[in-house]
Amino acid sequence: MDTVVVEALNLDAITKRFGTLTANDAVSLSLSEGEVVALLGENGAGKTTLMNILFGQYTADSGTVRVFGKTLPPGNSRAALDAGVGMVHQHFTLADNLTVLENITLGVGSLLSTSSGRSATRDRIKALSQKYHLSVSPNARVGALTVGERQRVEILKALYRDVRILILDEPTAVLTPQETDDLFATLRLAIADGLSVIFISHKLHEVMAISDRVVVLRHGKITGGVRTADTDKHALATLMMGTEATPPKVPQSTPGPALLKLDRVATPDVGNAPGLKSVSLSLHAGQIIGLAGVSGNGQAAIADVVGGLVKPAEGRIEIGGSGIDRWTPREAVKSGIARIPEDRHKTGTIADFDLTENAILERYRSAGFSKAGWLNWRSSRAFAEAIINKYDVRCPGPDTPIRLLSGGNMQKLILGRVLEAAPRVILANQPVRGLDIGAVNYVHGQLLEARARGAAILLISEDLDEVMAMSDVIHVIADGQLSPGFGRGSMTPTELGLWMAGQGFKNENAHAS
Amino acid sequence: MDIIDILFTASFWAATIRIASPLIFATLGELICERAGVLNLGIEGIMVSGAFAGWMAVYSGTGLWVGVGVAMAVGMLFGLLHSTLTVPFGLSQHVVGLGVTLLATSSTYYAYRLALPEVTSPPKIVAFQPYEIPLLSDIPLLGPALFSQTPLTYLAFVLVAVVGLVLYRTPLGLAVRAAGENPAAVAAQGLSVTTIRMGAVIIGSGLMAVGGAFLTMSAFDSFFFEMVNGRGWICIALVVFGSWRPGKAMLGAVLFAAFDALQIRAQQTSLGAQVPYQIFLMMPYILSILALVVMSRRAEVPAALMVPFNKGER
Ligand SMILES: Nc1ncnc2c1ncn2[C@@H]1O[C@H](COP(=O)(O)OP(=O)(O)O)[C@@H](O)[C@H]1O
Ligand SMILES: [Mg+2]
Repeated sequence: MDTVVVEALNLDAITKRFGTLTANDAVSLSLSEGEVVALLGENGAGKTTLMNILFGQYTADSGTVRVFGKTLPPGNSRAALDAGVGMVHQHFTLADNLTVLENITLGVGSLLSTSSGRSATRDRIKALSQKYHLSVSPNARVGALTVGERQRVEILKALYRDVRILILDEPTAVLTPQETDDLFATLRLAIADGLSVIFISHKLHEVMAISDRVVVLRHGKITGGVRTADTDKHALATLMMGTEATPPKVPQSTPGPALLKLDRVATPDVGNAPGLKSVSLSLHAGQIIGLAGVSGNGQAAIADVVGGLVKPAEGRIEIGGSGIDRWTPREAVKSGIARIPEDRHKTGTIADFDLTENAILERYRSAGFSKAGWLNWRSSRAFAEAIINKYDVRCPGPDTPIRLLSGGNMQKLILGRVLEAAPRVILANQPVRGLDIGAVNYVHGQLLEARARGAAILLISEDLDEVMAMSDVIHVIADGQLSPGFGRGSMTPTELGLWMAGQGFKNENAHAS
Repeated sequence: MDIIDILFTASFWAATIRIASPLIFATLGELICERAGVLNLGIEGIMVSGAFAGWMAVYSGTGLWVGVGVAMAVGMLFGLLHSTLTVPFGLSQHVVGLGVTLLATSSTYYAYRLALPEVTSPPKIVAFQPYEIPLLSDIPLLGPALFSQTPLTYLAFVLVAVVGLVLYRTPLGLAVRAAGENPAAVAAQGLSVTTIRMGAVIIGSGLMAVGGAFLTMSAFDSFFFEMVNGRGWICIALVVFGSWRPGKAMLGAVLFAAFDALQIRAQQTSLGAQVPYQIFLMMPYILSILALVVMSRRAEVPAALMVPFNKGER
């Protein structure tokens, strides 16, 4: 081939400080046209900061950004967009109450033009969605869309502007494996058309699958770069962590007595999500029960029942052998159930509360933290500090609002809050979503230690590898139905996949009748 | 005369439309601010300043429309003050809004005393006169009620349609609505949230001041202390009542005005002789509260109302 390599993007010696923290330290990076570079790094390494500088949402303290040879004015997203840079942010930047079409066309063209040209716009969006397999209805309200559909809208927003460089900041963190595959199919089409991509993900198999080159960022500095073809997952993990990344060993364990039992529990459907259909499950001391399944098949319903948010419509809950009448989140906490919620931003923490307040969120009434209705801030703060030290939560201190923490550190605080309560039962719902490998290993290690101490753990995850590695018993959930429990190593991924697709249930029903 | 009979008089409907007009201007102004995500509690004071500024301008010899322009400009200045404090500096919208109301009200009274130190009763101006729209004003009942109003009233109703069209049918309106729903989405599309929000507050405040000016230049012909008399606060409620939509908010203003026009007339009926007049004065407020309770259940609050946004901060 004699194609000339065109440099699409050049970041030169970008430095950005937040107070005393240097988030980016003289970072240089270049990207050729049609190339996919994966940016790899631990939580808090400075990936998002770097991308925000490129996209003009942050202003760098020094350094320049050049796009197709032209230097961009700093801190100007409009200029970045006009130069052909698009960005899909780590957290959706969509207005829920507006339609898909409105979100896509917002700010395209002059604000002072009078024509809305809706039908032409709609046709263009339809054409793009067809071409790139991004099916979504232009007139739908974004608030009514699923997470996967919202991600499609984010991509469409960029494609609608004919971007030539697309930044994807952890786009797959919230997607199911199937949705991730669809996203990759879309990206491949666009890349074939000459799109250049910067792709950020903690999932190494995704990095291996989509990228041409990998660049590693650690503590704000570039520490390595390799061609994807010349490396493998293991090497990438080592490169990223700076040390060998080894997943924790899973020792043998003998299960103790049942601590929590669901007996033929049923719940009503919620919108599109199926409720539970006569689900029986028992969680034993010293055992990890893994719940595998495609998201939206009743995982949320099980989590809500166990966490006390929903009372079963039918069936009963047994704790330590005796049935339960009143079932509320407080009852659940009192009975020794601790939760790692699925969405740490929405239901796990209160963004504007500081670390101390978030640390005692579920237990502020208990003896150590309050007396006669008065909060004891001294012991609360000491508790938060203990978590910060023991679980290595990187933050300026217990008085920091938790929204300033990176996802990994937020999760560590939640984990500490859960484990320090010495729970009998741990509900771990997507406990490692969005975390880097180091943090994943750490969280898993802590869960295994809790198991060794005799806790019963319900692990809900869409990641089959995670479920298979961690669980002593695996149940598959599909359409609100729960499969029988399969012992460690007794099933192959393919067999589990069949259950996840609902196949196993049909055979079982056929047997029964 | 019976209360039912009142509803069939042209004078009742004419009064309703007249009373609604200043509310419509100010409600539209507040609605624009809130759609962009900024609660503007400066409304009451800005209306006072507009009432004075328009009237004073005309009293000093300018034309009526120039007077309206002056009122609008004064309102926009207060809007600039409000939005500078609340948008780039992100200060509490409640505190700044009440502060602007206090500042605008007291500085207006001060300006009045400076301009007219000696007078005991304020001088009169020649205010806007009713303009009978040819043909339409000949329609029985409706004609004298709707089409024999002052030009400012016609402007108020035209503005409802204009604001609605701009909000829902133009890129600018989309940007304003998006700024009130999710400012991060606006920033991610390369727009300046600060500019959009400040612009909305400044324009909105200008409309509030025109609402105030209506009182001195169209309803009465003179400026009195206390003449705005809580209308600004009513408009805040009307925005909620209208679920942040111009058309619905206008209906709310007309409804409130109708209660008000009705209570004045009801005082003169046989019923009025038996019931203390304060009860009648309360009526529009009580009915508005009831209407608000019913309507605001389904109200769609802009999701980022009162949420400050600063680029480059988490
Ligand atoms: N707006 C901000 N204000 C203060 N600190 C910030 C801000 N944005 C990011 N940081 C800090 O900068 C570091 C890098 O963050 P980020 O770029 O989000 O990391 P990554 O995306 O690699 O996980 C973190 O320590 C984070 O807490
Ligand atoms: Mg990030």
